[in-house]
Amino acid sequence: MKFFSEFGLYLLTLKGMFTKPENGKMYWKEFMHQCSEIGIGSLGIVAIISVFMGAVSTLQTAYQLVSPFIPLSTIAQIVRDTVILEFSPTLVCIVLAGVVGSKIASELGNMRVSEQIDALEIMGINTKSYLIFPKLLAACVVIPMLIVISMVLGIMGGRLAGTLTGILSPATFDKGLHQFFKPYNVFFAMAKSYTFAFIISSIPAFYGYNVQGGSLEIGRASTKAVVVSCVLVLFADYLLSAILL
Amino acid sequence: MIEVKNIKKAFGDKTVINDVSTVFKTGMCNLIIGTSGSGKTVMMKCLVGLFEPDSGEIIYDGMNFSEMNEEHRKGLRQSIGMLFQGSALFDSMTVEQNILFPLDMFTKNTSAEKLKRVNEVLDRVNLQGANNKFPGEISGGMKKRVGIARAIVLNPKYLFCDEPNSGLDPQTSLLIDKLIKEITTEYNITTVINTHDMNSVMEIGDHIMYMYQGIKEWEGSNKEIIFSKNKLLNDFIFASEFLRDAKDMRMLEAEGKIDNNRNMDELLK
Repeated sequence: MKFFSEFGLYLLTLKGMFTKPENGKMYWKEFMHQCSEIGIGSLGIVAIISVFMGAVSTLQTAYQLVSPFIPLSTIAQIVRDTVILEFSPTLVCIVLAGVVGSKIASELGNMRVSEQIDALEIMGINTKSYLIFPKLLAACVVIPMLIVISMVLGIMGGRLAGTLTGILSPATFDKGLHQFFKPYNVFFAMAKSYTFAFIISSIPAFYGYNVQGGSLEIGRASTKAVVVSCVLVLFADYLLSAILL
Repeated sequence: MIEVKNIKKAFGDKTVINDVSTVFKTGMCNLIIGTSGSGKTVMMKCLVGLFEPDSGEIIYDGMNFSEMNEEHRKGLRQSIGMLFQGSALFDSMTVEQNILFPLDMFTKNTSAEKLKRVNEVLDRVNLQGANNKFPGEISGGMKKRVGIARAIVLNPKYLFCDEPNSGLDPQTSLLIDKLIKEITTEYNITTVINTHDMNSVMEIGDHIMYMYQGIKEWEGSNKEIIFSKNKLLNDFIFASEFLRDAKDMRMLEAEGKIDNNRNMDELLK
């Protein structure tokens, strides 16, 4: 029963975002601010994760491919497809659910508890529209960009690890990258990243916006937002794979 | 003027406001007083539309707020200013940006005009030069003054203050009271204040409504409160021995039993 009431409230919160902005310029300013917060703010962690993710996947793939009948360039193919299909969209979004999700939930939760949201309401501002919509839109614009960057960095990390350890030469890696490449995989990864971006921004915004109580509840809402976002990302990952692949 | 007619509000089985009617007059400081849990804050939140009353009407200068749709309410809300208990300043913005925010959102003035207005209101609340400070860098009293500046920057017709003195020392409390009173008279606005502070009651209470367990128990002015025979009100207002003595003195003065120009030293002997 609690699930249905929460889901209903979530839908109502989303519905409440769609009203005419009081001042387009201010909404644009807030959108750009959120793009910077979510995009630039997460770039460092995304870069680090991506490079190591690619590097580790090269080493582990090489470790598992012991047969002399399999050409070394296959390692690059496997790294490329794993990074594009799964590691970059899913793993990075799970990390972003923690980084961006907890930030959104605690920011809105703090605004709710300290009556800043009430202050905006009294001024005649639609707070759902002003506070949630720019975050959601910014996440849907910026997170797919981060995923593309992550794909590039992941593959570069794999190439670097392969070269540094002497498992395969850069030329072999590049050759593998070009073999049997399906552009549809990138489309699939983008479909995932838009879906995950929506999840990891709307769920924390919902929990943060509807916090009741004090600082303890902000912490709880933040944790719940991250947990629910991660579970939903994994669930959506499975659904999209089943439907689109 | 804000007319409140038979407002009722309950949360589940608990009735928090029960059939309260009153009139908050323009150009006056209208105080809502009462113990914690008496329904003051819920009453104020109903007045500004943060809570929807279960029944009853709230009428702002002839406009029925209870029957307005969200779009009409938005329009009216631009003529409402509110000072929150914790000031509710935006943490990530400077004092100047906090006050600029309503101007940016609702006016088409140039940057120079907006900045001029910000400096005017900062000047009005005696906070000249605090423009670039963040809320985390200023004291509680200053935060309240910034809150007042933000509330009056759009020249509101109605000002709501939720416990403006909470957490402040007596001297700063008096300054805030004085400021609210001055602004109310100067701009001829309808001010509604939630308070526990007895100094505020005595100093600025042009019209006072005492609430007890969600019911309007007493209504009058700060002059009338001294002579009230309402036991619940007297127990609340004159809770300390000192205040009871002060009330007795005032009553004796009024009855002519004590000379207004009495020599206090002689009295103490």
